[in-house]
Amino acid sequence: MTSEEKIIELIDLSREFEDGTVAVDKVNLFIRKGEFVTFLGPSGCGKTTTLRMIAGFDRPTGGKILLNGEDISSLPPNKRPINTVFQRYALFPHLNVYENIAFGLKLKKLSKPVIAQKVEKTLKMVDLEGFEKRSVATLSGGQQQRVAIARAIVNEPEILLLDEPLGALDLKMRKDMQLELKEMHKKLGITFIYVTHDQEEALTMSDTIVVMKDGVIQQVGDPKDIYNEPKNAFVADFIGESNIFSGTYLGNRKVRFIGQTFDCIDDFPVNEKVDVVVRPEDVILTAYGEGAVSGEIISCIFKGVHYEMVMLVGKTEIVIQSTVERKVGEKVSVKIDPDAIHIMAKEFSVNLYDGYITKKNTVCFGDGEFQCDVTQLYPGSFLDEEGYLITADGDKIDLTDVNVKVEVGLKDIEISDDQDLGGAIGNIVSMIYKGDHYQLTVRTDENEEDFVFDTEDTWNENDRVSVIIPKEKIKLSLAAEEKK
Amino acid sequence: MKKFLSWGYLILILAFVYVPILVLVVYSFTDSTVVGKWSGFSLELYKDLFTGERIRKTIINTVVLALISASLSTILGTLGAIGIFYNKKLLGKFVKNANHIPVINAEIVTAISLALVFALLGIGRSYFALLIGHVVICAPFVVLSVIPKLKQMDGSLYEAALDLGASPFQALTKVVIPEILPGIISGFLLAITLSLDDYMISAYTKPTTFDTISTYVYNAVKNQNHSDLPALRALSAIIFFIMVIAVIVRNVSATKSLKNKKEI
Repeated sequence: MTSEEKIIELIDLSREFEDGTVAVDKVNLFIRKGEFVTFLGPSGCGKTTTLRMIAGFDRPTGGKILLNGEDISSLPPNKRPINTVFQRYALFPHLNVYENIAFGLKLKKLSKPVIAQKVEKTLKMVDLEGFEKRSVATLSGGQQQRVAIARAIVNEPEILLLDEPLGALDLKMRKDMQLELKEMHKKLGITFIYVTHDQEEALTMSDTIVVMKDGVIQQVGDPKDIYNEPKNAFVADFIGESNIFSGTYLGNRKVRFIGQTFDCIDDFPVNEKVDVVVRPEDVILTAYGEGAVSGEIISCIFKGVHYEMVMLVGKTEIVIQSTVERKVGEKVSVKIDPDAIHIMAKEFSVNLYDGYITKKNTVCFGDGEFQCDVTQLYPGSFLDEEGYLITADGDKIDLTDVNVKVEVGLKDIEISDDQDLGGAIGNIVSMIYKGDHYQLTVRTDENEEDFVFDTEDTWNENDRVSVIIPKEKIKLSLAAEEKK
Repeated sequence: MKKFLSWGYLILILAFVYVPILVLVVYSFTDSTVVGKWSGFSLELYKDLFTGERIRKTIINTVVLALISASLSTILGTLGAIGIFYNKKLLGKFVKNANHIPVINAEIVTAISLALVFALLGIGRSYFALLIGHVVICAPFVVLSVIPKLKQMDGSLYEAALDLGASPFQALTKVVIPEILPGIISGFLLAITLSLDDYMISAYTKPTTFDTISTYVYNAVKNQNHSDLPALRALSAIIFFIMVIAVIVRNVSATKSLKNKKEI
């Protein structure tokens, strides 16, 4: 179905809103003719904004969109051979089913019999024959959905955009519509660009999945690739259930995590800190003592097709899916095959910021002010009573407004509910479980500075917290331009 | 007891509001020259009303003025509301707030200001000045009755129309306007009633020889000896009934559209 011909090409596509938030950040992507492409990601990841730019409702603030090799970035939506199925359908309430579907054709000034014939054919395709005269208000959600699809495809667009079209339907109907849409895609042979936050929907329907986060593409690939070879912890966590552990690559296709050394098939620089992802269904239960690691079952939930069990190894939890039930408290061992161990570069090993020193010899960075030890900037220096820095050579330096690079380790940040305690305040925007600890990201409001750190405590996403960094853990160095 | 009191209170309030009007209506069916004296049932006053040359002209003047000014206000107000709704930036906010001023401003202030401006512009007292005056007080109310409809409208409808190949103008006329039509109609009706019973603006802007019902009634009452005075009772009764019918029609259509919404 898909050819090698590129129908849409996004080049450095960016969209910054008036309030300064960057919804889409230099996205590069091409979509082949006839492909079913899904933009997948949590809300606010920029997937809908990207779709709206392809449709023409939003103008890019940077980069361009090529359609069949021609730049359409500034073409208004009514001039693009692209049609959209909207999230809430956006049917015209004052028109009946027939008039809704005929809307685009009438604007094209087609003759009445041609319109009638096309509408009839399309209604048949979406299984709504005989609904012509019905008011759209009397239709069920599923029927409105079909009218919305019919209204778009009757215009024979080159590309059909679908913005979370199944979001308002119940689960059963959603599953049926997924298959029907896939069928329709085959029949029509046109390019579908689909937006969803539902990973299962994406895996079921797509030829290609584009995973997005914070306006940036995380991974592009077919569903199997995305599921089996996630590129980073975010993708692994977002697509399906996963165990994510912190580990170290030992070299020679061996990786160490949860206190054991495992064989693996990926290759990384020796001693690199890595994230290790193991799908729960790839953790194989063995008789006690025979597997690679042993532990105790601490929870077991029946999920229909399988049991989902959590096993505790030391302080690390491992989620296991198996058709065999093991009771809570039972001692078990597990093994993991080398090809089930997915290793990826750790996204973050240290937080880096640009900051400056204040009059009080504190340091401002990440939208906050922190106590620090400024004497580390000059070896052997000390502070006099007036707060001036005296270097080892006896020079007196006023550090006020000096630009510095700030480095804070992942284990050196604490957070607190008490907003007066810390130097900066922000919201928890992500929380990824890594077996025995969480990796949290706290983002400040003003400049959206991120503090990434590991903690064993459980917090909730969107919690408002203050960030505490002990004085001695803030590593300062002079910014390059100051050194000159 | 409590029920009795609450009903009594309600009836008392309604009586205060409606008894004077009912008295007027009742006495419009007799031909005595003063209210309070019943000289037998008669439709004489209604006959006077439609045969008296001056009074007939006044009624026509008022209705024609109301129709023209309400139509102009509806066009201006609808366009204004659409502009305010789609311009989320500072300009939209500014226009929206500026629109409130004629609504809350004392009418006498608006009237005198208008008279001053017209005098400065050399338009003075003229039919044109009167028309503009009425549009000034009516248009903001049209804006206020159209904006809620725009807010209720699914925001993607306009985009859906563009997506299907409509130009922005076609999207406006084929989708947005039909969708907010109930708001436009109620704005139009509101503008008509405002124009019909306006006195202040008319008094300060109308040409001296021209009268609307309200300026005519006011002058007639002021000069007690006016021969048309009794006929005005009939006129007031008719206006009252027209208003009652208008209110009923509006409420019925409002509940109907509400029911339609609920079915969705």
